[in-house]
Amino acid sequence: MTATPDQGALQRPLQMTINGEHKTLTVHPWTTLLDLLREQLDLAGTKKGCDHGQCGACTVLRDGKRINACLTLAVMCEGAELVTIEGLADGDRLHPMQQAFITQDAFQCGYCTPGQICSAVGLANEGRAHNRDDIRELMSGNLCRCGAYSNIVAAVEEALPLIKGARP
Amino acid sequence: MTPFSYHKPASLDEAVSLAGPSSRFIAGGTNLVDLMKENVERPEHLIDITGLALKAIEETPEGGVMIGALVSNADLAWHPLVEARYPLLAQAILAGASPQLRNMASTGGNLLQRTRCYYFYDTGTPCNKREPGSGCPARQGLNRMHAILGASDDCVATHPSDMCVALAALAAVVHVHGPAGARQIPFADFHRLPGDTPQRDNQLAQDELITGIELPAEPFAAHCRYIKVRDRASYAFALVSVAAALQIEKGVIREARLALGGVAHKPWRDPAVEALLQGKPASTELFTHAADALLQAAKPLAQNGFKVSLARNAIIRALSEACAADNSLGEMQ
Ligand SMILES: Cc1cc2nc3c(=O)[nH]c(=O)nc-3n(C[C@H](O)[C@H](O)[C@H](O)COP(=O)(O)OP(=O)(O)OC[C@H]3O[C@@H](n4cnc5c(N)ncnc54)[C@H](O)[C@@H]3O)c2cc1C
Ligand code: SF4
Ligand code: FES
Ligand code: FES
Repeated sequence: MTATPDQGALQRPLQMTINGEHKTLTVHPWTTLLDLLREQLDLAGTKKGCDHGQCGACTVLRDGKRINACLTLAVMCEGAELVTIEGLADGDRLHPMQQAFITQDAFQCGYCTPGQICSAVGLANEGRAHNRDDIRELMSGNLCRCGAYSNIVAAVEEALPLIKGARP
Repeated sequence: MTPFSYHKPASLDEAVSLAGPSSRFIAGGTNLVDLMKENVERPEHLIDITGLALKAIEETPEGGVMIGALVSNADLAWHPLVEARYPLLAQAILAGASPQLRNMASTGGNLLQRTRCYYFYDTGTPCNKREPGSGCPARQGLNRMHAILGASDDCVATHPSDMCVALAALAAVVHVHGPAGARQIPFADFHRLPGDTPQRDNQLAQDELITGIELPAEPFAAHCRYIKVRDRASYAFALVSVAAALQIEKGVIREARLALGGVAHKPWRDPAVEALLQGKPASTELFTHAADALLQAAKPLAQNGFKVSLARNAIIRALSEACAADNSLGEMQ
């Protein structure tokens, strides 16, 4: 959307923490969190699949909970702590969920993968997945056009016990 | 999205004072933002209500539970009080949407989500619900997902919520706040049938805000079951869903609640059918009789005749499984 002066007047200040870094930003109220990340902040790891909440490619963690960035207005994230795929690793050490996706070969083209991994970390935080069926059901918000599902389930299963705070 | 201004009121009264025909409240945004991207909704002012103190789940003095309008669907389904006393509600919520969406979606917003009728979403086609008087292409067009009960010539859309089907069966009460103060609406009266005004989904006025949902103290925790039938095993809207709740004493049904989703413009309850179940020994014959009675009035469209037999089988199964269930420990996955 091209900005006219009138639209500029509708801009809003926004403060939030993204991957541990405090940010002071200015956004249009109609900018989604997904567009803010990708277009304004160069955090293009978070993917746009459907832009309508149907595929999970845009999954990020807000205050530890997984959400769809495409249906989230950036202005509504004031004060939030956001973690994207870029913020999961600890320096050079991959997050256990990232490592498990590699070990289990849980992707083909990789387009859905950042969303899958953030979603799986959210799943671990929730502590509700007790077996493979639970993992399948609780990962159903993330579609994979390559059909890497069985390896994704294996990766999540492998990483769950390694994640601090995750109830097995 | 069409440009709009953004407001974040700090109090209920402020929120209500900002309401108007060109304003919309926003909570989780999972339905509204989607509709704004499709240009179905084009508010000039967006009123973000997430700063209001409507996020608690509390026991009521009457032994029920009061749920704040801003409680997320996920927090509600996984709350200990809900898991223990209203497993039907937990089952219904967890059958809907995805974990991400349930983290965002609010209790109030879930009630007010719009239909998933393809024509309603497509601004290139007529639709009486979106543009009153323009016509209803679904009647003669693609109507596989549409209503078999309570529809009108003007609209055959269904209400897509799972949570609301359980709330209907549990006889919840909707608490709202408007310029004239607070009022309460029994769940059965909250959503409406389309008639000749399908643009109105429910009884809420434009300047009224849902503040909470009250669940009465009720004896259905032990014997209840939500069944959702859809095109795939997860993450799809219901073709048909059934919420069944029974109170059984020595094999005899003391009280019965039965609500259907995916079949009408509102969660469908038929008090005569519930009365028919009461005072009788639970049996498959009785459940079959109830299903046939409930579906007697069904008027399927060209593409959704399958919903009648699907609903019949789902009702019998939900009642049988509710009967056989014993959730008395309140343990839910
Ligand atoms: C891909 C997808 C799949 C889905 N699948 C399912 C499913 O299987 N089952 C199911 O039940 N649902 C499903 N949903 C719908 C989802 O449950 C709803 O979108 C959600 O519950 C709406 O809540 P919200 O807080 O996000 O509402 P919002 O989008 O914020 O608001 C919706 C409407 O309610 C109004 N509003 C919100 N809160 C209040 C309030 N307190 N008082 C007055 N007005 C208010 C808004 O003005 C708006 O008109 C799905 C959604 C998506 C995107
Ligand atoms: S069924 Fe209702 S929502 Fe769908 S096209 Fe007809 S009027 Fe519109
Ligand atoms: S891009 Fe957000 S769910 Fe598909
Ligand atoms: S790996 Fe290609 S979409 Fe999932």
